[in-house]
Amino acid sequence: MNVLVYLVPMAVGLGLIGLIAFLWALRSGQYSDVEGAALRVLSDDDIEPEQSESR
Amino acid sequence: MSLRSWPWIPAFAGMNGETNGQTKTIEMSEALDLSHYAKPAADGTCGMDLAVEGVACGACIARIEGAMKKLPGVTDARLNFTNRRLHVAWADGALEPARIIETLEANGYRGHPFVPLRAEEEEAAEARRLTRYLAVAGFAAMNIMLLSVSVWSGNDMTPETRDFFHWASALIALPAAAYAGQPFFRSAWRALRAHSLNMDVPITVGVTLALAMSVIETANHAKAAYFDSAIMLLFFLLVGRTLEHAMRRKTRAVAGNLAALKADTAHRFAGDEVVSVPVAALEAGDRLLVRPGERVPADGTVQSGHSEIDESLITGETAPRAVASGATVYAGSLNYSGALTLNVTAAGGAALIDEIERLLEKAAGAKSRTLRLADRAARVYAPMVHVTAALTAAGWLIAGASLHDAIVTAIAVLIITCPCALSLAIPAVQVVASGALFKSGVIVNAGDAIERLAEADTVVFDKTGTLTLPEPRVVNAGAIDADLLKMAARLALSSRHPLALALAREAISAKPFGNVTEQPGHGVRAVIGGVEARLGSAEFCGLTHNPLIPAQAGIQSQNREISDVRPWVPACAGTNENGNGASQIYFAHGDKSTRIEITQKLRPDAAEVVQALRGLGLDLHILSGDRDDAVAPVARDLGIAHWQGGLTPAEKIAFIEALKAEGRRVLMVGDGLNDAPALAAAHVSLSPVSAADLTQAQADAVFLGDRLKPVQEAVAVARRSRRLMTENLWFAAVYNAIAVPVAIAGLVTPLIAALAMSGSSITVTLNALRAHRGR
Repeated sequence: MNVLVYLVPMAVGLGLIGLIAFLWALRSGQYSDVEGAALRVLSDDDIEPEQSESR
Repeated sequence: MSLRSWPWIPAFAGMNGETNGQTKTIEMSEALDLSHYAKPAADGTCGMDLAVEGVACGACIARIEGAMKKLPGVTDARLNFTNRRLHVAWADGALEPARIIETLEANGYRGHPFVPLRAEEEEAAEARRLTRYLAVAGFAAMNIMLLSVSVWSGNDMTPETRDFFHWASALIALPAAAYAGQPFFRSAWRALRAHSLNMDVPITVGVTLALAMSVIETANHAKAAYFDSAIMLLFFLLVGRTLEHAMRRKTRAVAGNLAALKADTAHRFAGDEVVSVPVAALEAGDRLLVRPGERVPADGTVQSGHSEIDESLITGETAPRAVASGATVYAGSLNYSGALTLNVTAAGGAALIDEIERLLEKAAGAKSRTLRLADRAARVYAPMVHVTAALTAAGWLIAGASLHDAIVTAIAVLIITCPCALSLAIPAVQVVASGALFKSGVIVNAGDAIERLAEADTVVFDKTGTLTLPEPRVVNAGAIDADLLKMAARLALSSRHPLALALAREAISAKPFGNVTEQPGHGVRAVIGGVEARLGSAEFCGLTHNPLIPAQAGIQSQNREISDVRPWVPACAGTNENGNGASQIYFAHGDKSTRIEITQKLRPDAAEVVQALRGLGLDLHILSGDRDDAVAPVARDLGIAHWQGGLTPAEKIAFIEALKAEGRRVLMVGDGLNDAPALAAAHVSLSPVSAADLTQAQADAVFLGDRLKPVQEAVAVARRSRRLMTENLWFAAVYNAIAVPVAIAGLVTPLIAALAMSGSSITVTLNALRAHRGR
């Protein structure tokens, strides 16, 4: 059972990474416009230059 | 989803006649000074926030931001789709802010600049803080539960492993609780310092004792620890609080947008030139030009010019008042016939009639602070819980248990009674109910408005602008030849006279005739189909007698008399045969002619709603500042027996106080400045979105659109919600009745505590969701 001494902190550590990622996202304003973010994904303005290169 | 939550915004666009459509474009041609809204930032750029109308789908984001970024000097443009707001930043001096609004208009959107309220920024910060607490509590709850489940199910677990799991739990739980529990600890501390009790007191006591006991028990190698219960409790409570806050912020943002939409521009003299400035930028001492058809933007005295003004928004009186130089006019009055030069005496919200201000202060002071349902519950609950826990400890000691066992049992009682369900019972319903009301066009300002709305047993309506539409309409449309009316309405599009604006609302196409000339003070004319058409006073149209009703000769002569003095001014105050106080204008096209009657018209569904409210068992009254003979027909049409006209604001309050003295709970619905004190005095109050700003600020909720239906829905939803709140409180009581004896008997294990707590919270929340459903 000694392996738990490593496994439990590792599990908690992974959770902590997730928590920190969330707090970072919150701080950088990624949750200020949730509805907009869902729609911005569909916008294809940002891929136009790439298309002209490939053609 | 997003469309459904904003169903009424397009409807609103057409509501305030003076600020939309054709008039806006006229103002645009004049220099528009928006410097008030442009805020310089630290990096040398200027920023402006706008509420944008017409944003409906994802494509709008790209279109608006794309158009903005093409403007010279723009460094950043971001549209927040959730609250329909656009932030634009540009290099200082590189861009005229008015260009932003023009560009939006060219793309089919309407932008209304505004200055973000300080309160809104603070709430945004609070929301971020709550979300952080929630994230930490959620993280801790998940990880501790992972460890706890292992302990509960690990039959072959060695005591060392169990201690290790408990210590790991403590390591997560203690810092997490210290951080995420702050909102509750602070609120409890505030309550205790004020020598009162709220729901956060038992929560704080419960969480703190549960954690402390768990640490001690872990140090003593005990089998049970309650870290999971304490943290899970915080997590559930934070979910409730975050949702409640999010709903409040959303309604606040919508209210902010509506205020921006309503904000008018004023024409200020800068030397000899006239510059358009936002009303918010006005200061006392400014000189303003108020053209016919515009609302007076600020309180002031008339310097020059004479006109008639409609003060229905201020006093409820529908007949216009003549003003000349030296007269005092109030913000919100509608200027009818002549251009006025105004000296501003009070601007920007400070605008108030002394008497109303005095009454308002008195009413606000006299308003008995009704105790909210949640606080009432807390006052009964908190002492009971703590006494029960103390008695449990005492009882076990007397029964011969050790001090340790007695205290452990007492703390288990505190944990199991920790008012998770109870503190969710009411806010959860409030959140769902405000959401439901929001969708039917009611924006709730006060958190406990829903409870108070449910208690109302008497409704007092104002007449002007509340039972009737805020803008006058054509009333005899049925009696006029349809083609003629259509033509008249289209011709009316070219004039800014209030009566023409009212007539223009009947227009089907928004395309004005070409080549229209307006003769100020008389009317408009154009050549339509080779024949001249005229719209205006009887004389202007070449009508010396009424072509349709020759029998009404006596009345007509009276009309002509008024027309002779000031022809393009309404002949008012009950001079026509219906006695309904309608203003009249005439339209002639070749040899065909007609008289068009325009007056304040009842909201389209007023009769229906009044009937429905009566069906809900409410007693109805009309209290109006308008003349008796203008109120009587409205009361008759709606079948409301109790009505009074010609009331001053003080008399309105006196009437409401008398009702209150009879033990009635009054719902006041009003829009005028004269209603503001009555709204403050009433048990609960509603106002239409077209109401005077100050009145709206007094109201517990604001309803949108041309219909009265939201009033009925607000009452219905509030009553349903109130029922659900009571149900939830009873559920919490029953839960405690079962759980507390188990805890007192010392039979509670951490597993039972966790199940009971999450089970009751989820049940209460699910029950609250029913507030959303139709009846």
